[in-house]
Amino acid sequence: MKIAIASGKGGTGKSTVAANLACTLARSRDVVLVDCDVEEPNLHLFFPAGAVDVPVTTPVPVIDPTRCTFCGECGRFCNFGALSVLKDRVLVFPDLCHSCGGCVLVCPQGAVREVRRTVGRVACSRPLPRLTLVSGVLNEGEVQAPAVIRVAKMLGEGHPLTLYDASPGIACPVIETLEGSDACVLVTESTPFGLHDLRLAVEVVERLGIPAGVVINRSDGEDAAISGFCRDHGLPVLMTIPFSREIAAVQNRGGLIASLLSGWEERFAGLYEGIVQIAGVSP
Amino acid sequence: MIVSITARTTGTDAPVEQRFGRAPCFVFVDTETGKSESVENPLIDAAGGVGPRAVQMLAEHGATILITGQVGGNAAKALEAGGIRAYAYRGSGTVADALAEYAAGNLKPL
Repeated sequence: MKIAIASGKGGTGKSTVAANLACTLARSRDVVLVDCDVEEPNLHLFFPAGAVDVPVTTPVPVIDPTRCTFCGECGRFCNFGALSVLKDRVLVFPDLCHSCGGCVLVCPQGAVREVRRTVGRVACSRPLPRLTLVSGVLNEGEVQAPAVIRVAKMLGEGHPLTLYDASPGIACPVIETLEGSDACVLVTESTPFGLHDLRLAVEVVERLGIPAGVVINRSDGEDAAISGFCRDHGLPVLMTIPFSREIAAVQNRGGLIASLLSGWEERFAGLYEGIVQIAGVSP
Repeated sequence: MIVSITARTTGTDAPVEQRFGRAPCFVFVDTETGKSESVENPLIDAAGGVGPRAVQMLAEHGATILITGQVGGNAAKALEAGGIRAYAYRGSGTVADALAEYAAGNLKPL
């Protein structure tokens, strides 16, 4: 089973939920945790361990000056400005390239070929005997987050239970992460912002046809607006984590409440039961 | 010599636009004949990479001078490689005003 943890709003506690759920599950079974928040991966902070790096490369164009006639077709085709055709040369901006391969196809002279360029890496480690952590890391200044996410997810393939920690928002990286997931946990907080962005995230999972449930984090006990919204959309509230100084203190030390505070391992085990139910697949 | 000026609308009476890649219009003026041609910018709403694409458009129109408010890093690289010199006009005048300032040597290179 593949479980994605997403949120819409940033800072609601996706990684907290993902890390604690992974740690809980790894006590009784093999778990792969994939950090798909490749622009700011942070799960390794909860699970420090030596990692093996796998580079992630994407194809970018190079121009053969002996064939190019500077006709401009490639530059006009590129939606991202990665090619600028001037009088006597073609400028390539590899960091703007989205690796669609269109320039190779439209060139009438066969003057464009592709070379591999490193945009990030995936760090694989085994922080607990039954937990594999796969962290995608996009190099600074790069745009191709989905390419790194694809490789990270690929390296997490072939295991019975995989958790995907998504990036905030609802843009391409999140869609790439959600693709192929059996269930999605949406982590929100009991603030107007939390609800606003939860709405957006729910639209995405509904569109993708992924069954979802909600975790309310940092709850002040006044969650009527969020629970009402969840009821209206048929979304079960799978877990509520209170706004508590004790929890924040554990979290800030890089600790896991599932292993350090009593009662939380059971609650995260309960969260997993809830996810299995909404996914409707055998665990 | 063809000078390209970023503008809010078409024609030499149009106010100068400060942005380069997302300028609504490019006005090309041939300084020898005084003739001008206005081209609407198809990139106003493009997602990204508008700078280098706008430079290719300038090159296709034979421009060797650009007058605008400011340009980004990728655009600057493409302008340099394309032999197009860029000058800053930060006033609130028209395309014709900016051109006059350039002709009088009052504009600073970007």
